[in-house]
Amino acid sequence: MTDTLKSKIADVFDEPACGHNVNKSEQQRKKGCAKPLTPGAAAGGCAFDGAKIALQPIVDVAHLVHAPLACEGNGWDNRGAASSGSELYRTGFTTDLTELDIVMGHGEKKLFRSIRELIAAHNPPAVFVYSTCVPALIGDDIDAVCKAATEKFGTPCIPVNAPGYVGSKNLGNKLAGEALLDHVIGTIEPEECTSYDVNIIGDYNLSGELWQVKPLFDRLGIRVLGAITGDARYRQVAMAHRARVTMLVCSKALITLARKLDERYDIPFFEGSFYGISDTSDALRTMCRMLVERGADAELLDRCEALIAEEEAKIWAQLESYRGRVEGKRVLLYTGGHKSWSVVAALQELGMEVIGTSVRKATEEDKGRVKDIMGDDKHMFENMSPKDMYALLKDAGADVLMSGGRSQFVALKAKMPWVDVNQEKHEPYAGYMGMVDMVHAIDRAVNNPMWADLRSAAPWEEPLPQQNPVMPPLRGICPVTNVSNDTEVGLSPRAPVMVADVAGFASSDTDFEDC
Amino acid sequence: MARITHPKRALSTNPLKSSAPLGAAMAYLGIDGAVPLFHGSQGCTAFAMVHLVRHFKEAVPLQTTAMNEVSTILGGADQIEEAIENLRKKSAPKFIGIASTALTETRGEDVPGELKEIIGRRKDFADTRIVYASTPDFSGGLEDGWARAVEAIVDTLLPRVDPVFTGTNPRQVNLLCGAHLTPAEIEELVRIIRAFGLTPIVLPDISQSLDGHVSDNWSGTSLGGTTQPEIETMVESAFTLAIGESMRKSATLIEERAMIPSRVFQSVTGLKPVDAFIRTLMGLSGVQDVPPSIKRDRSRLIDAALDAHFHIGGTKVAIGADPDLLFGLSNCLAGLGAEIVTAVTTTTANPIAERVPAEEVLVGDLGDFERKASETGAAVLITHAHGRHAAARLHLPLLRAGFPIFDRLGAQDICRVGYRGTRAFLYEFANIIQSQHHRARAEDFGAAPVSEEFEHVPSATTH
Repeated sequence: MTDTLKSKIADVFDEPACGHNVNKSEQQRKKGCAKPLTPGAAAGGCAFDGAKIALQPIVDVAHLVHAPLACEGNGWDNRGAASSGSELYRTGFTTDLTELDIVMGHGEKKLFRSIRELIAAHNPPAVFVYSTCVPALIGDDIDAVCKAATEKFGTPCIPVNAPGYVGSKNLGNKLAGEALLDHVIGTIEPEECTSYDVNIIGDYNLSGELWQVKPLFDRLGIRVLGAITGDARYRQVAMAHRARVTMLVCSKALITLARKLDERYDIPFFEGSFYGISDTSDALRTMCRMLVERGADAELLDRCEALIAEEEAKIWAQLESYRGRVEGKRVLLYTGGHKSWSVVAALQELGMEVIGTSVRKATEEDKGRVKDIMGDDKHMFENMSPKDMYALLKDAGADVLMSGGRSQFVALKAKMPWVDVNQEKHEPYAGYMGMVDMVHAIDRAVNNPMWADLRSAAPWEEPLPQQNPVMPPLRGICPVTNVSNDTEVGLSPRAPVMVADVAGFASSDTDFEDC
Repeated sequence: MARITHPKRALSTNPLKSSAPLGAAMAYLGIDGAVPLFHGSQGCTAFAMVHLVRHFKEAVPLQTTAMNEVSTILGGADQIEEAIENLRKKSAPKFIGIASTALTETRGEDVPGELKEIIGRRKDFADTRIVYASTPDFSGGLEDGWARAVEAIVDTLLPRVDPVFTGTNPRQVNLLCGAHLTPAEIEELVRIIRAFGLTPIVLPDISQSLDGHVSDNWSGTSLGGTTQPEIETMVESAFTLAIGESMRKSATLIEERAMIPSRVFQSVTGLKPVDAFIRTLMGLSGVQDVPPSIKRDRSRLIDAALDAHFHIGGTKVAIGADPDLLFGLSNCLAGLGAEIVTAVTTTTANPIAERVPAEEVLVGDLGDFERKASETGAAVLITHAHGRHAAARLHLPLLRAGFPIFDRLGAQDICRVGYRGTRAFLYEFANIIQSQHHRARAEDFGAAPVSEEFEHVPSATTH
């Protein structure tokens, strides 16, 4: 690891704006917030993964991964960040380093040539170059290559130094933020600035979630200047330093970026969420209040309140139509847990019973609110092993599991409805309208007639009725057991034979197939 | 309980149904060494033959009594006799299945009587079994014609026996196959039945004749299918399994003639319907423990349902098909939460249409199908290949089912019955949904487009 990268990591880990960090002792703080990984028991993504997740939603740039094939080959086109414009971000670009490249030290040259070919073919506004474990290990200097390429081709080439082995996905997010700060933000000036310009950090517009709240901004006259990075254009990110307020969405990882924007460009930030009705309203209120503090017209506050009142009334009316179909359903929530109280409150309002919610990543404050809403802390849990969850669901302690993709099959194999609330999900659940989509998804999952069929007994699990013990005798050679049982049937009246009389008809492990 | 409605219109636009004689011909082709013979003008046969050839991609033996104006008015008995004689000379069929057409039925001929007279007189016809079914084009559709033909086969070819003194083969069952079953589907049912140690006699068995195989010799008749000796031993079976409500009458005929109990399976697509089929086989074979392959297939189907229900649940589906197929497919999809918003069928003869899980079943054509699918916002169309025009106009995917499927190969290999076939069907359906590449768009949410100021304007590059 180079010294610059080392100091960068130390820097992003010591985050004064992070509540977790502030509460730590000096000693703990030095260690950083990376949890040591346990070999054999780790499953999360790496720093490169985190950096790519955070930056890939910039839709019009080319994302070039300097790596042997696995990093991009196994990971491209796997997330649902939606674009309203260019589709270039979905194209998988990689230098595909081979053994020869590595041994001969051709990495940097190959990278430079890749950048040249890429710009010639696609002419993007910028190229983001991702370092990964192998080039970092053999000492490829992607900063130098990017600098040379930028000078040579006139297209900004942004080095993203987050090789996988330096740490977790979370760290990768932070390093991606650093890359934006160092190389992108502040490089382009907007044609005009308004008092209604905001930055949204940490929303990746997965399945269009940003678009579920954008109409609210549109109606309030608020412009998303710096989108970091949902449905973002490169120029937007580069102009982010001229926004008046930053909203940090559901993310502790990018808090360093938000704080540094505040320090360098004097843009105050707040943390908010668009999941759940009350959270969405709170976020809008805070945003408007801060914009007014920063010079927007005070009438914005009134318009904001009017919008919130109208939207909330509209959405509750829509949700009401689902009440009959979801009332009394028992929901188990297994999410990151941050801000899940907001969703919990809405579900309870519709008569659903939230039997448990995980609070893995929630702050103390959030835990307090969950406790307030649910009465006590009996229903909160940190982690649940797949085995326990399977048992809980199998015993029908719940009617539906709402979770991320990893527990999907725990639920399904227990023949339990499951609603995807993770980031890889295909349906957007943000803002007011997203709540309707979420309740609709719950309705669709729990009320699918399939579940009763699947849970019913297999034909062989119920004994054959006793009143029909007539068992035809075998004639010829039984194709299963090869037992010969040549009885002369001839022209005699049908003679019923009891089931017990027939021998040799057990099924075996080896199967009899077409004969 | 679906409401059966008839559209109030005179004009039929883009027919959904194929004619009854064609259905009869298909059923006859499931008999070994058969030549179906249409009693009508030669055009009736030509259209049907082209239809069959386009679907099966096979040479289909199909002949005509070639009625002309004079013979139609004076009566076609001579034409029938001559046709049989010529067919026997040309291709020596073991079986000739005659299907009437609208032409001869409009005139109102007593074909059974005439046929009886011909067979009684012409002793040289003895080694060709001749069956007649009344299948006027103006009544019912393919499924009805098929059913009439099977009834005619059962009635004519099953020996009249005294059930009390008939030997019984307790491990033999009759499998009556409805018009909606493909060769691969018949094969799958046979596989399941055999897995229980039972021997099925399949009637009609198009899995042997229309499965698309290359034979060592050329023949002017069907190659494969149910043989005459097999049909004769049907009276010795322990049970009759009838697949499709349209096969009920044939099953009843066998029951009356040979005292063989029967059960009609209205569908063998979907978990519960197949469970019922398996349970019956368990009872027939007297086993509580079913073969491992069946168990495995069921648990695989459950897994497939779990994976596919995300795509099927809540999806609006339009289906147009003959009643048995309409019921089987719609029942299976509705069981996974699909909404059958449009159901169009061809005939009122089959009461199963009332059990289709839809509010309304239209007895109509593809014009009705297209209009209603558009009105109800269907996301997928399920019908035969002619539905492709509606699919193109509505920009919807088409899942091909039924007859004819002439624009895809392998229509005979489609299998949507049994645990395995249902699993394949669920995947097929879910994949069609997924193939409609849905990408979220800002407009869908009412979000304003990103300002042009932010868009990258590629410069004229200098390198």
